Amino acid sequence: MHIDKNQLLRFTTAGSVDDGKSTLIGRLLFDSKSIFEDQMKAVENSSKKKGHEGVDLAMFTDGLRDEREQGITIDVAYRYFTTPKRKFIIADTPGHIQYTRNMVTGASTANAAIILIDARHGVIEQTKRHAFIASLLQIPHIIVCINKMDLVEHSEETYNKIVSQFEEFSSKLIIKDIRYIPISALYGDNVVNRSKNMDWYQGSPLLHELETIHIGSDINKIDARLPVQTVLRPQREGFIDYRGYAGRVSSGIFRPGDQITVLPSGFTSTIKSINLHEKEVEEAFAPMSVAVTLEDDIDISRGDMIVKTNNQPQTSQDIDAMICWLNTDPARPRAKYTIMHTSNEQKALIKEVLYKIDINTYDRITDDKDFKMNDIGRVKIRTTKPLMADEYRDNRDTGSFVLIDDNTNETVAAGMII
Amino acid sequence: MSKYYLNYLDELEAEAIYILREVYAQFQNPVILFSGGKDSILVTHLAKKAFYPSKIPFALMHVDTGHNFPETIAFRDKLIEDLDARLIVGSVQESIDKGRVAEEKGKNATRNALQITTLLDAIEDNKVDCAIGGGRRDEEKARAKERFFSHRDDFGQWDPKNQRPELWNILNGKYFEGEHFRAFPISNWTEMDVWNYIQRENIQIPSLYFAHEREVVKRQGSWIPNSEYLKLEENEEIVTKKIRFRTLGDITITGGIESEADTVEKIAKEVAAMRETERGNRSDDKRSETAMEDRKKEGYF
Repeated sequence: MHIDKNQLLRFTTAGSVDDGKSTLIGRLLFDSKSIFEDQMKAVENSSKKKGHEGVDLAMFTDGLRDEREQGITIDVAYRYFTTPKRKFIIADTPGHIQYTRNMVTGASTANAAIILIDARHGVIEQTKRHAFIASLLQIPHIIVCINKMDLVEHSEETYNKIVSQFEEFSSKLIIKDIRYIPISALYGDNVVNRSKNMDWYQGSPLLHELETIHIGSDINKIDARLPVQTVLRPQREGFIDYRGYAGRVSSGIFRPGDQITVLPSGFTSTIKSINLHEKEVEEAFAPMSVAVTLEDDIDISRGDMIVKTNNQPQTSQDIDAMICWLNTDPARPRAKYTIMHTSNEQKALIKEVLYKIDINTYDRITDDKDFKMNDIGRVKIRTTKPLMADEYRDNRDTGSFVLIDDNTNETVAAGMII
Repeated sequence: MSKYYLNYLDELEAEAIYILREVYAQFQNPVILFSGGKDSILVTHLAKKAFYPSKIPFALMHVDTGHNFPETIAFRDKLIEDLDARLIVGSVQESIDKGRVAEEKGKNATRNALQITTLLDAIEDNKVDCAIGGGRRDEEKARAKERFFSHRDDFGQWDPKNQRPELWNILNGKYFEGEHFRAFPISNWTEMDVWNYIQRENIQIPSLYFAHEREVVKRQGSWIPNSEYLKLEENEEIVTKKIRFRTLGDITITGGIESEADTVEKIAKEVAAMRETERGNRSDDKRSETAMEDRKKEGYF
């Protein structure tokens, strides 16, 4: 096993128990031998207690007491498995409309999304919702799994019909890469192993797709951005004058000798060294956590951003964004919120709601502009000081933000800059 | 393939360092919860990297049940000296002496649950606003629901059904007076990742993790070490076995496994072939199906 070369793939699965989502995850874990005997025993016992015959694969994904009792997923749960080719992190989220916010949360860090469709029902409202969220959050790769093929006699015709249904409505969305796989999670067809019941399917099983999707080119290598988290000033022997600007590279590539500008001040300097802990490196790129030293002594603190002088983000107090409301307290018109954007924190107010979106039909709603939990729509935001921002579609890190309600300290909205 | 990608261990490391730097930047008085186990040793190692060449800016807080492996305490003290860091000890014995908690009774009595009070008292007494833990989401089903920044109310309690959503890499560490946070920088690591990383970085860990001869007794399918706190039951017999520990906790509840693995490399191989989770030998988790969730809600690690 060449573990030193293996990459990490984060993917999200949205859906309800009825789609067979939990069964699919259980199947992936089980067939990739990621389920341990004591977990197996615990699930066997619970299955028996509930009167299920055999082992209910879906129960591997239930976490909290209430979820186990009610057989539902309440929150995002993270699962892990490894194959000889990759390490995987699954963000398992519930698919009901009242859990839109959890789907958005799970999607925010995903490289890929699995959308499950029940072959008996074809594309339904929920499918459209999941596709919309995957597109809104700009998940680079979408794998549509048409599940329960065993219940439609493994019919190629049914599969083709669903694929064209999906293609028809998703043409309105921006999705870079879509693939389709006919599966049966319950019996394992085309999940880890190729199905013997569907010779007509020429593609790979799901796990093979997950292992080989090319994610290297999803990273933005053009726009060099380093939001400063903190300044390292050791003030000890050997490092008396050391000042390291510590942060995680959002995008682009930095090298010693690069001309840089510090925003928002606009001071310029040259990169002297890039430190990866005790080592010096010749290049830094996303998502490396580094500390950068500069040739000149300039005033830099948390919330500032180091960028290449010849490629700068927009600096503005007015931003247009799509937001998803995450909290049970609705948005208060013209109220002040704290905005967290990279390591920068300001006050912000929602100046105007342009429209909300019906995420089942993709229609714009202009006659109801109150943001309640799970609502998604387009707004204009004004901040007290400029944000250094890129468009979300170019840069997930510098294009995203959250709003925090100062009365409760809760994270109430997620935003994507347009 | 492009050279501009990180392998998964480097990516996990970069993520953990990012989180540790956010903790430092967002909180006034953060500490690392240090148990002497491999996960808290790993977190400490990552903190060293995150702030190099500065010293680690966190004190280490140890909740001492009084029922320790002597090896753990020796290891802790040496690490503190090497790092030139501050050690804060919260003592369960003191909590008992002060009448804050009462010793459990019965044959399976442990001090495991008593730690919660001691931990919360230590957090309050030292005005800690963020306690960094080595908890991992793969360890246990309740932990799979944890955030990187996990809010605790003014009673130190966790409300798993009402957690702040955590999107992208944005971590909201805002709190009101009396509340605090737990931060989990290695949430996304699995046991296998931890061992692969320990091997790669050559991180020193207590000798208890390596196979060694020890007096033990078989209880609930695990080898429980002999100690002055062990009460033998009828039909139980002390034997000498070559064992090692997969996790380290209180000496009264930490079960060992029979093993020949006496190097990190051999351990990593053994873990890869394991068919039981590491917490399978922790009697504290076996008390009920939701034992961890129940303790975590109260304020447990």
